[in-house]
Amino acid sequence: MAAPLKDMLSLDTPPAEAPAVPVERTGSQIIWETLVELGVDVVFGYPGGAIMPAYDALPQYPALRHILVRHEQGAAHMADGYARASGKVGVCIATSGPGATNLVTGIANAMMDSIPMVAITGQVASTLIGSDAFQETDITGITLPITKHNLLVTRAEDIMPALREAFYIASSGRPGPVLVDITKDAQNASCEFRYDRSPVRLPGYRPERQPLPEELERAVQMIHEAKRPIIFAGHGVIKSNATSLLLEFVKKADVPVACTLLGLGGFPTTHPRALGMMGMHGEAWVNTAIQEADLIIALGMRFDDRVTGNLKSYAPHAKKIHIELDPAEINKNVKVDLALLGDVREILQALLPHVEGRDRGEWIGRIEALKGESAVIDIQHLPDSGKLYAAHVIHDLWRLTEGKALVVTDVGQHQMWEAQYYKHDHPRKLLTSGGLGTMGFALPAAIGARFACPNDDVWVIAGDGGFQMTAAELATCAQEGVKVNIAIINNGFLGMVRQWQQFFYGGRYVATPIKSPDFVKLAEAHGLKGIRVTERSQIAQAVKQAQASPEAVVIDFRVEQEDSVYPMVPAGADLDKMIRRPQSTAAPGMKHNPIFETGEDE
Amino acid sequence: MNGKSLRTFVAYVEDKPGVLNRVASLFRRRNYNIVSLNVGRTHEVGVSRMTFVVEADDDMAPRIEANLYKMVNVLSVEDITKTARVSRDLAMVKVRAAPNQRAEVMQLCQVFRGHVVDVGADTLIVEVTGTQEKIEGLLTVLEPFGVIEMVHAGTVAMTRGGSSEAASAAHQKPASGTIAAA
Repeated sequence: MAAPLKDMLSLDTPPAEAPAVPVERTGSQIIWETLVELGVDVVFGYPGGAIMPAYDALPQYPALRHILVRHEQGAAHMADGYARASGKVGVCIATSGPGATNLVTGIANAMMDSIPMVAITGQVASTLIGSDAFQETDITGITLPITKHNLLVTRAEDIMPALREAFYIASSGRPGPVLVDITKDAQNASCEFRYDRSPVRLPGYRPERQPLPEELERAVQMIHEAKRPIIFAGHGVIKSNATSLLLEFVKKADVPVACTLLGLGGFPTTHPRALGMMGMHGEAWVNTAIQEADLIIALGMRFDDRVTGNLKSYAPHAKKIHIELDPAEINKNVKVDLALLGDVREILQALLPHVEGRDRGEWIGRIEALKGESAVIDIQHLPDSGKLYAAHVIHDLWRLTEGKALVVTDVGQHQMWEAQYYKHDHPRKLLTSGGLGTMGFALPAAIGARFACPNDDVWVIAGDGGFQMTAAELATCAQEGVKVNIAIINNGFLGMVRQWQQFFYGGRYVATPIKSPDFVKLAEAHGLKGIRVTERSQIAQAVKQAQASPEAVVIDFRVEQEDSVYPMVPAGADLDKMIRRPQSTAAPGMKHNPIFETGEDE
Repeated sequence: MNGKSLRTFVAYVEDKPGVLNRVASLFRRRNYNIVSLNVGRTHEVGVSRMTFVVEADDDMAPRIEANLYKMVNVLSVEDITKTARVSRDLAMVKVRAAPNQRAEVMQLCQVFRGHVVDVGADTLIVEVTGTQEKIEGLLTVLEPFGVIEMVHAGTVAMTRGGSSEAASAAHQKPASGTIAAA
């Protein structure tokens, strides 16, 4: 006999506080009032027919700053960037139909990287739904597979509960985007309103997990037995604010740490036990160490194909402990020996008192030897060959900003160079589109991040291709007075695709040479400052000028056109079978190439 | 073979519009192959019960369960493949049977514990419940008479005895939490 199923739906907790006196509000007012109650102070959006009632009520809520974007994709990325930089929920808003579908890329991006975000869309009146009304689109249907959850609201009285639910779902457990679609009649209707402060209750939603004590014991035992352990720090380390605990753990257990792209900054890159980024463009010593390790302790990461390469030959000697909040990630790509389900910080906290130090001298020595074999030479001391390399730009930017900038990158070669050359020592200071790999992410995400971190030195690093995808948001910077510094790594190519064409498609550069507008003039056309840099000696001056300007600044770095990101593990190849920088492309007159991993040099 | 076998899952879900769509979308998106899916209301208002039969290996099955659990509207999930259970399919078959063949057809149906639920001028509708094999067996013997139409509902399943993980999940406290400030 089945258990009393009604228990599953019981929502019988009384409200936590004595209710305030209910007041009459329109659905539109309820939207903003609820957002204010939820602690929102900035929303990124674009008005239109089905969301006009809400916009009409917006001036009644001066606590909310609205940023008018130039394309709804920008709004979604801004909310995403805000969320990544702050750890709080980012909010974007758009109208029905094309407004809503323009959000889709940004929502998918947030889903892939588990970003807490709430997207609010207007919808045609509930009486018109299904009639192919003007600007009607089934946005809850469209976003079903790219949201953590979504809701359609057709009554004013359902708006506040829906938004509270959306914020709770977006920010709890493994975070993700939630879309709330609100019909125009729900915005126009009035009802009694009293903000509900009781905890949100969802009968089927259990976001929290805890490992069993015997699993923790086994993990400790595995760590003690390991001779060549390695920690993987993923995005989950940053999301759960586990950096300081991870530092303690590493100090105690003396285990080297490799980061995923989204994990960079979760463990300080300049720490002696930090190895850097793993995977397709990870340094040779990191990937080799993974292949030689006898224990992987994976923290809040999901063994993406860009991280593992060929799964059949991946980390063949390593036992694997997977510390992860989402049970659906366990054994998805890599079969693990032990899964600890739960929050990374809580689990590290639980493990810490039981972990004992072990002498890992031999293993650390081995990794140091690997590093020595192919370490990046500090390029700032090398003679200037007259060429401007992207690596120069990023290395110098790191030096000039003392490694403290909040850097937002786009997708492509510059993104990988940033990951290799900008050494992030603090969490939430590198924002980048990882899972979806969304070109056009950087500028709008940086605008969002600016509102989360008003005192940070915010730098966009983008390629000439990706920048043009959302360059219209320069106008947003100009109108809203958003100060960000934009470094365009301009090589005249869709560089990463060009690199793949060079390596894997016989050097046929199909549709990758790209002609760009004069970025200096483009900035000036927006009333912003534009600077061009063609030589390394000009970098410092340009960076200082940008930092000193009150408005957004675009720096057009004209870098070497056909440079490639090395090392590279071709998609699906064994992790330690890397393409290294060929000797022949080394700068003329140099014994070894000055700027890249140089395992084949000497 | 790749070690895949048929797995039976039972899920309790909120009886709300779109929930079936969400679940079906999950299976499509994750490339899980649904063999059969059955949805219906339960004795409790607001709760529906789904029974899925899915092709999956031992690695995939827990992930299917975990992915279902992640859905906000899913109340509980249980993989009952290895639990003692009763599984039933329902089929109705419209078979050609002239008046002089009726007795013969009805006799055959009795062997399969089928019931004749409609008699036409020269047709019969036979209703049968049971396992997939039993239904296929009945079809084989009816085939020579001429099967005109057949409808087959997906498998429904229930564990034997008094205990059920999915149902006892009902006694767990539902999630609740304060909302992280934006």
